[in-house]
Amino acid sequence: MDTSSLGPCNGKDHLSRRFFLRSSAAAGLGWLTPLSQQLARGAEKSGSRPKSVIVVWMQGGASQLETFDPHPDSAISHGAKAIKTALPGVLFGEGLEQTAAMANDFSILRSVVSKEGDHERATYNGKTGYRPFPGLVHPAIGSIINHELPAPTKNGVTVDIPTHISITPGQFPARGGYLGAKYDAFQLFDPVNPVPDVKTWTDEERTARRMDSLNVLEKSFAAGRIATLEKERTLHQSSIKRAQSMMTSEQLTAFNVKDAPKAEREGFGDTRFGRGCHAAIRLVEAGVRCVEVTLNGWDTHINNHEGQLKRKQELDPGLASLIKGLKERDLYDDTIILVATEFGRTPKLNVTDGRDHWPNGFSILMGGGGLRSGQVIGETDPTGKSQDPAEKVWVEDIHATILNRLGIDHEYEFMTSIGRPIALSDGRPISALL
Amino acid sequence: MISKSRRILINLGALFVLMIGAIITLAWYFGQQELAPLSAAETSVSLNESVERLNDAFESSWKELDLDSAPAAPAHTVARRLSLALTGATPSLEEIRRFEKLSDEGDPTQSWLNHLFEDQRYNNYVAERFARAFVGVGPGPFIIYRRRRMVNWLSEQLAVNRPYDELVRDIIASEGTWTTNPETNFITAAVIQDGDNKGPDEVKLAARTSRAFLGISLDCVQCHDDKFGDRWKQEDFHQLAAFYAQADMTISGVREKSEKDYETAYKGVKEPSVVEPKVPFAEELKPEAGSRRKQLAEWITDGNNRAFARATVNRAWALLFGRPLVDPVDDIPLEGPYPTGLDVLTDEFIESGHDFQHLLRLIAASAPFQRASGSNDPDKPVTIEQEAAWAAFPVTPLRPEQVAGSIIQSASFRALDSDAHIIDKFRRFGETNDFVKRYGDQGENEFQEESGTIPQRLLLMNGKLVGERTGENPIMNSSTRVAHYSSSEKQAVKAAFLALLTRKPTAEESDHFAESLKKKNPKAKARASADLYWALINSTEFSWNR
Repeated sequence: MDTSSLGPCNGKDHLSRRFFLRSSAAAGLGWLTPLSQQLARGAEKSGSRPKSVIVVWMQGGASQLETFDPHPDSAISHGAKAIKTALPGVLFGEGLEQTAAMANDFSILRSVVSKEGDHERATYNGKTGYRPFPGLVHPAIGSIINHELPAPTKNGVTVDIPTHISITPGQFPARGGYLGAKYDAFQLFDPVNPVPDVKTWTDEERTARRMDSLNVLEKSFAAGRIATLEKERTLHQSSIKRAQSMMTSEQLTAFNVKDAPKAEREGFGDTRFGRGCHAAIRLVEAGVRCVEVTLNGWDTHINNHEGQLKRKQELDPGLASLIKGLKERDLYDDTIILVATEFGRTPKLNVTDGRDHWPNGFSILMGGGGLRSGQVIGETDPTGKSQDPAEKVWVEDIHATILNRLGIDHEYEFMTSIGRPIALSDGRPISALL
Repeated sequence: MISKSRRILINLGALFVLMIGAIITLAWYFGQQELAPLSAAETSVSLNESVERLNDAFESSWKELDLDSAPAAPAHTVARRLSLALTGATPSLEEIRRFEKLSDEGDPTQSWLNHLFEDQRYNNYVAERFARAFVGVGPGPFIIYRRRRMVNWLSEQLAVNRPYDELVRDIIASEGTWTTNPETNFITAAVIQDGDNKGPDEVKLAARTSRAFLGISLDCVQCHDDKFGDRWKQEDFHQLAAFYAQADMTISGVREKSEKDYETAYKGVKEPSVVEPKVPFAEELKPEAGSRRKQLAEWITDGNNRAFARATVNRAWALLFGRPLVDPVDDIPLEGPYPTGLDVLTDEFIESGHDFQHLLRLIAASAPFQRASGSNDPDKPVTIEQEAAWAAFPVTPLRPEQVAGSIIQSASFRALDSDAHIIDKFRRFGETNDFVKRYGDQGENEFQEESGTIPQRLLLMNGKLVGERTGENPIMNSSTRVAHYSSSEKQAVKAAFLALLTRKPTAEESDHFAESLKKKNPKAKARASADLYWALINSTEFSWNR
């Protein structure tokens, strides 16, 4: 097989992991403090930039042919039906009626390609904009945004709840990678339940006694050990303090969709995904920088049409209500929406009526945040033979576009102490969207 | 997907089994039954000589650096380190009591290892750790990849202490189906499922092979020659990959197909061309006969291929210390220079016939492993320099399953599920799985040292796993039991410290907590006891290896 293009380094020079780890350890990551942060801060002041990103992740590989790029008159449809959208001549797969009616509110990218055909690798690629590189974990887009943009405030008050959140996380929730575990997404499994682990089991007085006891233990642990252990390595006690301010924060109500008015809840659909979309709006409103909502179950190697239809029936009300809700609250221009998946599915059906993995031309949606909308970018071959769609968009280009729109210099390179750089994204912004 | 009602049923079932177990344990424990001590191990002469060689190397390096070494670690602490590294949980109170009964003549470290090597938790847990390097943590290809089978197979090999070179040869040259020949999952894990039968991805296999078995990050030169040294060329990587070209997926599983070739286009060349297999160094060790994968397997595991032994030594060291000798664990320079100890251990491992347990025994007996992580003098604390030279035991974060395993273990006196690793038993109940996920698993980068995070703290302060195990339930929780049944407050405090931190309390700690337990009302006493457990679980030292 031809594997010349299967490199882990995105065609650009990568840095030696050994050097990278050594220098980042030596510098305590202090060198990551970027100039772009100041630039972004400046941009935010001007009020023209979006503040948040919502990623709707279709885990497993949504079929472009049954979602946003149907070819109903071609053999490759294998009988799948298509419906009209708000855009003349543009079709979606059946089951996406509500989203189709809002096609003016986003752009449809039909020519996304990557080099990854394995779930884990492709999801990594999709979420970080880099291909997996053993030993070095790249940060997900939400981690980069949180690292680059200033800590958000709401009405002049710091946001105490996590500002990078993954709702109904699949197997591969967004991670902070080399930015550190503190940039990992905070995971929330189903917003119908209270936020996990923020309620103490004990009353105030007893909690205070517990903290006193903890201090006794910490004192004896520190005795004789490396002086900077807490400050530079464990961050144990400081995390406890920050966890406590989150526990007592009123902003926690943003997670609570259960007690929202019925009318507000209903449109999203009575599913975990629907509730996730609902919570995403409230969280963004509370100042959260990035929310990832995962809809699992798109990996239809068997009975593709049936499996995709089931997922679409969950996706459609949740996604349409998400966009509608953001617009109603006047948040749509402040929030970029990305509806993505790790790869598409093969034009031909396999023997079990399933479609396999296809990274050679699949579909995603991008909207909000002042991005251009109501257009189709790219085109795939209706015969399904070509692996080379027109107006090709690489996965990393999506990252570059989002960063660019947020006012973050996507080419900004973290400089190691030995001068080896790594860019926030090595994709190219998609000009049709900006 | 397990339905909700089924999950509730399983949970109830699990709870029932646990309750019965706890009642039996209670009856047994408080029945004053004599506990059999662990069998005392005499350190073999050959091990003693090896340890001496190793320690000479470290001691002369400390002398050269003008560093004092930290004091010896207490025997309890050494036992805790070993249990965490080799079973994924702290030792149970019962195990500690047996450990304490060891006669003075025996070597406590080696006796403890005897005990652990006989316990299935050892092979199950270490198999899982190996699997991370061999096949990763992801779900892998649909149907044809069964990670669980691979782990079970590894576990069986570790249980009988199969020579490590044999084990690796089986993995690399494996043939057959992923169910009846589970070691083939190493190959099937690399299959690309995109509709065309392209077979396993040679690139993925070559990357895993060079990292896991040679300790070399040869995949760094996949796209271009080495920019940080002249050692590796792009060809080195692809020639290694070519050894996997003939692995084919057939109806009868993985087979060699001699007509298959590997093609790639080197940098600057447009058209791909056929690449012939060639090992990247020590060509004289490669046999001429046999299938490509057999040749590769023989070459890698040859007694004279020191890279293989070094890679294994470095991984074993990392397993025991939480930090490798050469960091990152899979990026050891082929021609050195090597840190103190690596060469001696490499010689020893080869000489022992790639005996993995012997290697663990040796590292555990070494001066660095036997050091404390702190000094006895608070005014002269351990320094970063001492730690870097292994003159003090490094303080490293525990892995999420080690933290979960320790919480669950600490609520019971007896070693839980000694016939299976705790994680296996509890995984199906969801709670451990959930805990590990929320705590944050580093996946394949398992030796990446991270600071504590807010979700971790929330999980330990308020999480269900901790809440339920420190709650006021006399049947389930040793926290309540200790409070009720211990003859004195001080004894209760000591038992709690041993169960959670595997150490005795200091005088100050003992006074503080004993005072807090002095309650007449049994309910208030149970609450105070739960508070004690909570504080211990939420301390830095519970979540860190030290």
